Amino acid sequence: MVARTVWQARQKGLQTFPDSVRGFNKEWNMKTTRRSFLKLMGVSAVGLSLCQLGFDLEEAQAYASKLKIEGAKEVGSVCPFCSVCCQIIAYVRNGKLVSTEGDPDFPVNEGALCAKGAALFSMYTNPHRLTKPLYRAPHSDKWVEKDWDWTLNQIARRVKDARDKDMVLKNEKGQTVNRVDSLFMMGTSHASNEECAVIHQAIRSLGMVQMDHQARV
Amino acid sequence: MTNHWIDIKNSDAVLIIGSNAAEHHPVAFKWVMRAKENGAVLMHVDPKFSRTSARCDFHVPLRSGTDIPFLGGMINYILEKELFFKEYVFNYTNFAFVVGKDYEFNDGLFSGYDPKTRKYDQSKWAFEKGPDGGPVIDETLKNERCVFNLMKKHYSRYTLKTVSDVTGVSAENLLRVYDAFCATGKPDKAGTIMYALGWTQHTVGVQNIRASSLIQLLLGNIGIAGGGINALRGEPNVQGSTDHGLLYSSLPGYHNLPVSTWQTLADYNKANTPVTTLKNSANWWSNRPKYVASLLKGWYGDAATPENDFCYEYLPKLEPGEDCSYMYVMDKMYHGKIKGGFIFGVNPMNSFSNTNKMRAALDKLDWLVCSELHNSETTDNWQRPGVDPKTKKTEVFLLPSAHRIEKAGTISNSGRWLQWFDKAVEPGGQARNFADIFVPLINKIRDLYRKEGGTLPDPLLKMHWTEKFEPEEWTRRINGFFWADTKVGDKEYKRGQLVPAFAQLKDDGSTSSLNWVYAGSFTEEAGNKSKKRDASQTPMQANIGLFPNWSWCWPVNRRVLYNRASVDLNGKPFNPKRAVIEWDGSKWIGDVPDGPWPPMADKEMGKLPFIMTKDGYAQFYGTGRLDGPFPEHYEPAETPLDSHPFSKQLSSPVYKFHTSDMDQMAKAADPNYPYVLTTYSLTEHWCGGGETRNVPNLLETEPQLYIEMSHELAKEKGINNGDGVIVESARGRVEAIAMVTVRIRPFTVMGKTVHLVGMPFAYGWTTPKCGDSTNRLTVGAYDPNTTIPESKACLVNLRKADKLTEIA
Ligand code: SF4
Repeated sequence: MVARTVWQARQKGLQTFPDSVRGFNKEWNMKTTRRSFLKLMGVSAVGLSLCQLGFDLEEAQAYASKLKIEGAKEVGSVCPFCSVCCQIIAYVRNGKLVSTEGDPDFPVNEGALCAKGAALFSMYTNPHRLTKPLYRAPHSDKWVEKDWDWTLNQIARRVKDARDKDMVLKNEKGQTVNRVDSLFMMGTSHASNEECAVIHQAIRSLGMVQMDHQARV
Repeated sequence: MTNHWIDIKNSDAVLIIGSNAAEHHPVAFKWVMRAKENGAVLMHVDPKFSRTSARCDFHVPLRSGTDIPFLGGMINYILEKELFFKEYVFNYTNFAFVVGKDYEFNDGLFSGYDPKTRKYDQSKWAFEKGPDGGPVIDETLKNERCVFNLMKKHYSRYTLKTVSDVTGVSAENLLRVYDAFCATGKPDKAGTIMYALGWTQHTVGVQNIRASSLIQLLLGNIGIAGGGINALRGEPNVQGSTDHGLLYSSLPGYHNLPVSTWQTLADYNKANTPVTTLKNSANWWSNRPKYVASLLKGWYGDAATPENDFCYEYLPKLEPGEDCSYMYVMDKMYHGKIKGGFIFGVNPMNSFSNTNKMRAALDKLDWLVCSELHNSETTDNWQRPGVDPKTKKTEVFLLPSAHRIEKAGTISNSGRWLQWFDKAVEPGGQARNFADIFVPLINKIRDLYRKEGGTLPDPLLKMHWTEKFEPEEWTRRINGFFWADTKVGDKEYKRGQLVPAFAQLKDDGSTSSLNWVYAGSFTEEAGNKSKKRDASQTPMQANIGLFPNWSWCWPVNRRVLYNRASVDLNGKPFNPKRAVIEWDGSKWIGDVPDGPWPPMADKEMGKLPFIMTKDGYAQFYGTGRLDGPFPEHYEPAETPLDSHPFSKQLSSPVYKFHTSDMDQMAKAADPNYPYVLTTYSLTEHWCGGGETRNVPNLLETEPQLYIEMSHELAKEKGINNGDGVIVESARGRVEAIAMVTVRIRPFTVMGKTVHLVGMPFAYGWTTPKCGDSTNRLTVGAYDPNTTIPESKACLVNLRKADKLTEIA
């Protein structure tokens, strides 16, 4: 397993390095020395051994300057697929994503990613991405582009109308239930915790009971 | 997970069952491999041989849907051979509780069964009560109704012969697993069980997991390093979205949604707050009223006062026993009872079982709002193959959603670590994150109510809401605030400051928290702890791979749940070589303990380790499940057998199902559908594949739907590797490419040959010619507790195709 060996080497390398460049600082943006060092270690992955390079940072920096991530800002993110939640470093230059890779410091994935996590960049750049709100009218055979404001106004209207009409204030026994049975929400375990909190509060305030994320799928 | 990913390396025996961890949680599998390097034995019990099996010491093929006999046999083996960890069982479990006289078990049925309603009266299973209302405990075990004695009797029926007959696993293979795993019943050994949807998606899904808890408790494997029952969560934030209760019957933080019989907050608290008579039980849920009041305060802010029950009245209330899980919603939809709704980041028209019914149901909606990265089988249901869009009335609003790296916030991994992610780039095109859709939408609805009035506007108008979504503001709201100046110890907190932990939450309206389990994640003192990236550890923590300063973990940064069960009554670790916590005479060291109290040797202050149960003991016997206090074998709803050796009750007497014209089922041992189908995911595709099929390089590696079958079955059916195959169930027809393989072998079950086939479910028609939903075959039969469909076992037939239309 080549990848493992490389990462073990990275780990060992990190352990023998002085604290200042080990990157175990609390900040998201890691120090230049460490970044260069990791690029150096990346070199070792394609064939050069640590001792061949002799930890010469200058040499490494010269090599690194040819890499596509040179000068890019590092942003910490998390793989959007399974719940291993591998941490990822996104490299951004001029507001554009230029590369993504596993975060070698994160104790769970130690830099490793599976096929899906490794394909994050191509997922981001794939040509099928939806970019505008779309509308399909009843019985129509096509999508039409719409703006956000129109779209949200239309949805708000429909939600309010259904809520006003179908809200059950009291059940047959006369108990207060304040519930709408004609609306539903499905998803989403793709949401962040913050989005989940927003969605849950919104759904209950509308009086909706029919809500389910993917725990059963 | 009771434990966490890294902790798997501490195991001496890893039992992977109901999961293909190497392919579906690939990076986590490195920790399984670390355990192996440390000398652990790895076992894979699964219908088919996979890359997980290849990495294990051995693979044991098991017929899908027979996990309970497999585990029941292990329980019997442990009890017969007395391999259990006596000190642990004796001190920490309810083995000696006496069960009431109404409990019975006869021929597959527990007492209290009503065949008309297909329900049990669970009160018949209650524990015997002493004069004080507390449990009757007989540590001599003389009473034959002691939990331990009942358990022994129940599982004595699970002999090697009966188990082998039903599961299709040879007695030799059974013993191999039982011996290797039960060796962890020693104080200094740890065994872990890793499972996933292969366990949950059955009509006995919950009881599969219950059976594993019985084993892990007998062996003393809960609360220790390298132990536990570890659910390998699927969806990226299914842990967090469960914590935040995106489930019909939940409120955030594991509280029930009110039902109509709980009209006031006092009714609610009375019904949901357990009371114990045992002085040494922490009975943590006795704190529930504080958490619920703080949630309501978070939702309704200044409008929520003790006088108005913190606006409890505004909450929608279900009817008792009403099921609004997605399968029930889809059934109502099919019957035209739903007007509209939201489907965000999920693709039901591919991944829900009995998909043909789902697709027909969606056609009945007036309107639908979807938020997605790509078009999917759900968003484009109105133009699916074979359908004329002109005949479909549903209006669809399709909203482009932001990708993970286009937004900031937190996510909770399977080990409950709260991990912050930053926004790397602006959302592509006009895409938005889900909150940036919901916040303005709700604000527009609020405006309409202000302008027009309408029915019950107050829950919307009076809530503590926001004009604009700021992620970190909600991380703070989730943690919670003080709403009145408060003194905690020597420290003064002002109104509006963050609460330091859930111990400070109150039921008087002076605190808020949108989710008590996350209280303590964002504090005045330490800031946003999900951003912590500090690998420092004590040598004790380093020894077991604990990273207490990296991110934060709920509850209160406790990395191993129930860790008080890892020590003896004096607080000394059962296994000093892999200690999780230890009492040093005055305080606990290591992980954050399950509560601050001293060890149990302190008769006054000590507390039992299972703090979330009412009486503090782990439960071999429990009355809370709808299908019985002990796991019992029932065949899947669709089974190739017409009888089994455990009882006359063929399938679960209480599993749920629907009865529409599109809910057809094969009969038992149906000659028209003789083969068992199980389904799975792929490394390269994410679940239903809605995202990953749009990534060219992933699609290239796994381009089309296939069906794995044994050489024996292929020969019988005249099918060669690579041939097109038509697969049919009572509900649908699917095309796939044959993959004839030794990875699947025929089972010998009760003397007859049973063939099993396997199919991934990652393909759908919106990706041209790759095949369409496998779930058109799977069954609409559900676990009675969770209503999860039995997607992992149903019956099919198959034949060689003359011509394929779904696959190129
Ligand atoms: S990289 Fe693979 S293993 Fe890691 S979180 Fe993503 S999908 Fe899961």
